[in-house]
This record gives sequence, C-alpha cells and structure tokens, in this order.
Amino acid sequence: MAESNQYKTIRQLLFLVVGMFGFGFAMVPLYDLVCEVTGLNGKTAGKYVEQETQIVREDRLVTIQFLASNNANMPWEFRPKVRTLKVHPGEMNSTEFYVRNVTRETMVAQAIPSVTPFRAAEFLHKTECFCFEQQQLATGEDLDMPLRFIIDSNIPEDITTLTLSYTLYDVTEQTGSLAVN
Amino acid sequence: MSAVIEEHHHHGPDKGIMRWVFTTNHKDIGTLYLWFSFVMFLTAGLMALGIRAELFQPGLQIMQPELFNQLTTMHGLAMVFGAVMPAFVGLANWLVPMMIGAPDMALPRMNNYSFWILPFAFGMLISTFFMDGGAPNFGWTFYAPLSTDYAPPSVTFFIFSIHMMGISSIMGSINIIVTILNLRAPGMTLMKMPLFVWTWLITAYLLIAVMPVLAGVVTMMLMDIHFGTAFFNAGGGGDPVLFQHVFWFFGHPEVYIMILPAFGIVSAIIPTFARKRLFGYDSMVYATASIAFLSFIVWAHHMFTVGIPIAGELYFMYATLLIAVPTGVKIFNWVATMWQGSMTFETPMLFSIAFVILFSIGGFSGLMLAITPVDFQYHDTYFVVAHFHYVLVPGSIFSIMAAVYYWLPKWTGNMYDETLGKTHFWLSFIGVNITFFPQHFVGLAGMPRRIPDYALQFADWNMVSSCGAFLFGFSQVFFLFIVIKCIRGGKKATDQVWEGAHGLEWTIPSPAPYHTFTTPPKNLAEAHG
Repeated sequence: MAESNQYKTIRQLLFLVVGMFGFGFAMVPLYDLVCEVTGLNGKTAGKYVEQETQIVREDRLVTIQFLASNNANMPWEFRPKVRTLKVHPGEMNSTEFYVRNVTRETMVAQAIPSVTPFRAAEFLHKTECFCFEQQQLATGEDLDMPLRFIIDSNIPEDITTLTLSYTLYDVTEQTGSLAVN
Repeated sequence: MSAVIEEHHHHGPDKGIMRWVFTTNHKDIGTLYLWFSFVMFLTAGLMALGIRAELFQPGLQIMQPELFNQLTTMHGLAMVFGAVMPAFVGLANWLVPMMIGAPDMALPRMNNYSFWILPFAFGMLISTFFMDGGAPNFGWTFYAPLSTDYAPPSVTFFIFSIHMMGISSIMGSINIIVTILNLRAPGMTLMKMPLFVWTWLITAYLLIAVMPVLAGVVTMMLMDIHFGTAFFNAGGGGDPVLFQHVFWFFGHPEVYIMILPAFGIVSAIIPTFARKRLFGYDSMVYATASIAFLSFIVWAHHMFTVGIPIAGELYFMYATLLIAVPTGVKIFNWVATMWQGSMTFETPMLFSIAFVILFSIGGFSGLMLAITPVDFQYHDTYFVVAHFHYVLVPGSIFSIMAAVYYWLPKWTGNMYDETLGKTHFWLSFIGVNITFFPQHFVGLAGMPRRIPDYALQFADWNMVSSCGAFLFGFSQVFFLFIVIKCIRGGKKATDQVWEGAHGLEWTIPSPAPYHTFTTPPKNLAEAHG
C-alpha cells in the first residue's frame, strides 16, 4: 500500500518539476506578449498595417524626439538626421537615420527601438523602419536609413512629447551570414 | 555504544569514513548536512569579514574593487545556497522522521545522493576564485547582461554548480514531501503534525516549484553565452529585464524557503519554554500556506525601478503589503503563546525570542521597501542590505542556532554548557545589531550597496558596522567550540530533555538511537506542542 502511494507522489512531484522547468521558458513568450499588450519597456510593435483610417488632427501638434545610441563595443557612427519633429497625429511622416561603419571589417547591425513614455508606444505606428531588418555594411560604407511613421490620432491629449530612441547592436557574430569578408 | 548494538544483531553504523560516504540513515545525513552548512557558514562569513574589513574606512585599503565584487557575490551565494538552505535540510532530515514517527526518510538512497552532490557543487563554485578572470562578480542575483556579456569566463562553472545545487534541492524536497505524505505514524493526521513538519512540507513544495525555474534561467544564460541565443540580449530580440522577471519569480519564493522552516522551529521552541501549548496552531498552518501562496505573486517588488506601468507598481505594492497579514498572525501567535506562560530563558528560548523581535524589525523595513514611491529612494542602498540581513541573520540563522541548542541534547545525549550557550547568544545578539542596525542609517542617507568605497559622510557608521561584524563572526567560532564540547561530553540529557517539551522526538532515548520508530509509535496524544 505505502509503496504504490509513494511512487504516485514521486511521479506527481517529478511532473511538477518538469512542468516548472518548462514554465521558466514559457515566461519568455509570455513576457513578450505582456510587453506588447501593455507597451512595457516602450517596445513598439512590428510593421503597421492601417486598420482604421487615421484622421489627420490638424488641431494638435506632437513633438517627437529622436535618439540614437550605440550599445557597448559597437563602434559605428549612428545618429538621427533630424533631432526633433513636430507632427500632427494621424499624418504620415518620414525621417532618416545616418549610419557608417567606421571599422576595418564588414559588420552587421541591428537597431532596437524604445519609446518613452511607455504608454505612448502603442500610439506610434511604423510603416517602414530600418529596425525591421539588419544592416550589413562594409568598411567605410554609410547609409541613410528610412523611417516612416504615423502617430495615432487617438493619442491621449496629455502626451505632447514622445521620444523614440534606437540602440544599435553589433550582431555580426550571431548572424554568421556574412556574404563576403 | 555501537558494540552493544552489534551484539544484539542490530544494524548499526559502519566504521570509519565509509559510514558517511554510503550512509542512507536520515540521522547521519542530517548530521552531514549540518556540518556542511556550518563549514559554508564560516567560509561565507570569512568573505563577509573581508568585505567589512575593506569597508572599515573609506578609500581602498586591502583589496581592489574586482576582488570586492567577487566577495559580495560569493558571500551571498554561499550563504543562501550553502549555509542556510542545507542547514534547514539537515534539520528536516534529523527531525521530520522522528516527529512523525517514521523509521527513516522515504527515499534513503536518494537522500545520500542529494547530500553528496553539494560538496562537489560548492567545491566547483569556490574553485572559480582561482581561475583566470576570477570568481563570479555580478552579485548573487546575477542580473544579465552583467552575468552574460560582461561576466568572467568562470560564469560557466557558476552555472553548472547552480544546476547541481538545484538538483540536490529538488531531490531533497521530493524526499521530504514523500516522507511526510506517506510515512506518518497511524493516527497522525496532517493537522496533528508538529509545525516544523508543516512548514517544511510547504517549503518543499516551494522548492520544487521554483528551483526548476532557477535552472531554466541559468540554462538561458548558458545558451546566451555559448550557443548564440539572445534571451537577454536586446540586439537579438531578447530583453535583459526578462532576466529579472524570471530570476525573481524564483527569487521571492526562495527567500520564503529560507524563512518558513525557521517559523516551524520557533513554533516548537517557544511553547516548550513558555510551558503552554502553541497559541493558534490552525492559524499558523493557514498563515504559512498563505505566505507561500503570496510569495508567487509579488516578485516584481524587487524591480520597481526598472520601469513597470503604474498599475503594475500598485498591484505589486499592495500584494506585497498583504504578506504582512499572515506574518503578523504568526508574530501575534508567538507572543500570545508566551503570554502568561511560566517562561524560562535557556539558550534556545533566548535565540527564539530574539528571532521574533529582530525578524519583526526586518519585516517592518520590508514593508517600507514595499511602498513603491519610497522604494525609488531605497532601491539598491544599504537599507536593502540591512533589511535582508535582519530577516536572514537574526531571522533564519538565529532560528538554526536555536534549533541546534534545542535538539543537540537529543542528538548527542549530552547537555550543552548553558553558561557558554548564553554567552554565545549575547555576543551574537549584540554583534548582529551593531553590524546591521547602522546600515539602515547609511542606507537612508544614500549609501549604495555593492561598492568597495564610499563618501566620507558614511565613514562613522561603517566603522561601527565593521566592528560588529568581527564580533559576530568570531562568536561563531565560539559556537563551534560549544557544539564540539557538547558532542564530547557533558551532563547526561534525559529523554524529554526539556521540562515543557512535547512531541514524538522527546519520547525516544537520548541520544536518539541509530534506528527509531521501526514500529510506529502508539501514543500520539502529545504529537504537537
């Protein structure tokens, strides 16, 4: 009697162990989901597809500031061509970021966006962004990278300024897909 | 003694070192755990004294910041995983079977494995001090990317040793749960179990739930470092903040793993020396279960400053403050147990009363930290250091010392020297308060944690704190002396040992025979105190 009870308990506990190990990994997609829903960490969504027609709010002006910074050990030159824009919510805007590979090697970079205040993240729609893909530049090569975006016409009235910051990461090693070197 | 046993054809302990290597006896394994944890306690304590020696004066005197960072990291890891947790597991091994009337743990061979993994895990962890680049230096919380992109090469050994500790803890917990659920003496229902058994049952479930998550998070680190994944690397689509969420999902239940068995110990000792039954046994059980449940839903209070939406900050603040309710129930129950009791103040009781008072101080500073708006000031200051040392040192560690003094006569058959025990208590009590109380002040004044140097305004209190640390540290060598003296001889203990002691472990002879309760006990009337 006692023996079989024991094995049952052990089996249940082992399931719990395996399940919790899996749960640890399940937290990764769960976290991304929560971030997407809440705009946590100022994460912006992927490419925007217009669901409802945006009404251009001629009566409102929102200031958007652009920041560019490099992650540690990333030597590229990286800056926004325009630092600040004043835009009407609902209207399509475009700007560019300048990037240059100052090293002697071909490198691949990935820009990661973040928006503050965090709750503004869901109101910033990007229809085209260099952050949707990686950039591979040879020695000395430079590039004007496009960004096209709409500020949602429903953005809360109290948000008058938002900051879109990009951090540039060196992902050369992770991609391993360098065409030539 | 053993000769007598062999004459009766009983199975006694083997001779020599092999007894300890191959033993499957719960008492032997309990002893091994306790000695191992004491060695780690002294090792990690020496690291702490290195830290306090450097902080004795502002400026860099005896070590470079690199070594200082390694010492803070390894002190935390060795104390949490090497000293406090194995000590509680050792106590569980010794006491749980004796308290529930079982002949041994349910899975004795696995019990042996789960202990013997530990020396190897910690041997490997400590060996990182001698590797190129030094030991892990990113704090015991090993936040990514400090522990991934910027970590020394030894981080891989750190990850592997965490895996081994995790396996050891999980095996130990499975063993404890299976023992408690299946091997209780007939008639001992769950609600008749001593509270120490209850708290360990709940703790074991916490361990099984969160140690795999810890294993998961270090596995993610390993993959980020060596296999090119990007769990915590934003450049590859990951997020360093994710690390903190997964870590603290483990980390918060972990801090209760280190305190719930302490609640059980104190709930055994206070009734004995107050000569009354424990006040509110049922509410103690429910309070412990509530604390365990709440521990899973409050983790982000460690991360108020990373940028959580205001709704999240408020939720985690209120959920955290809620923990004060079941904890308060426990504190009031202990006080009510002492109320109008005929109290005597032997060493275990002194440690237990100090536990109740000083743990409450740590609890109150925890409430202060839980309040989101002020946490932005307290975060990562010495106030946090003072808080968690108050709940861990005069909390967990004092309870372990109380337990050792309380059950030592049962284990060895000899009474310890009461005068020396009380001296040890007062030295520890004074030392611990001199060490950690001033850290509240420097913390509120803005001194950051984990730094080898500090502004001149913090100099006086740091000097006081360092003096206290050395007093506390050296009084633990005195503790070692008292324990050894008691093992070697002393006034013979009676079976009941303490006049007011109730419970099955006090019905067997002192010292406890190698095998107990080979036939289940009949009289359970006095099962819990």
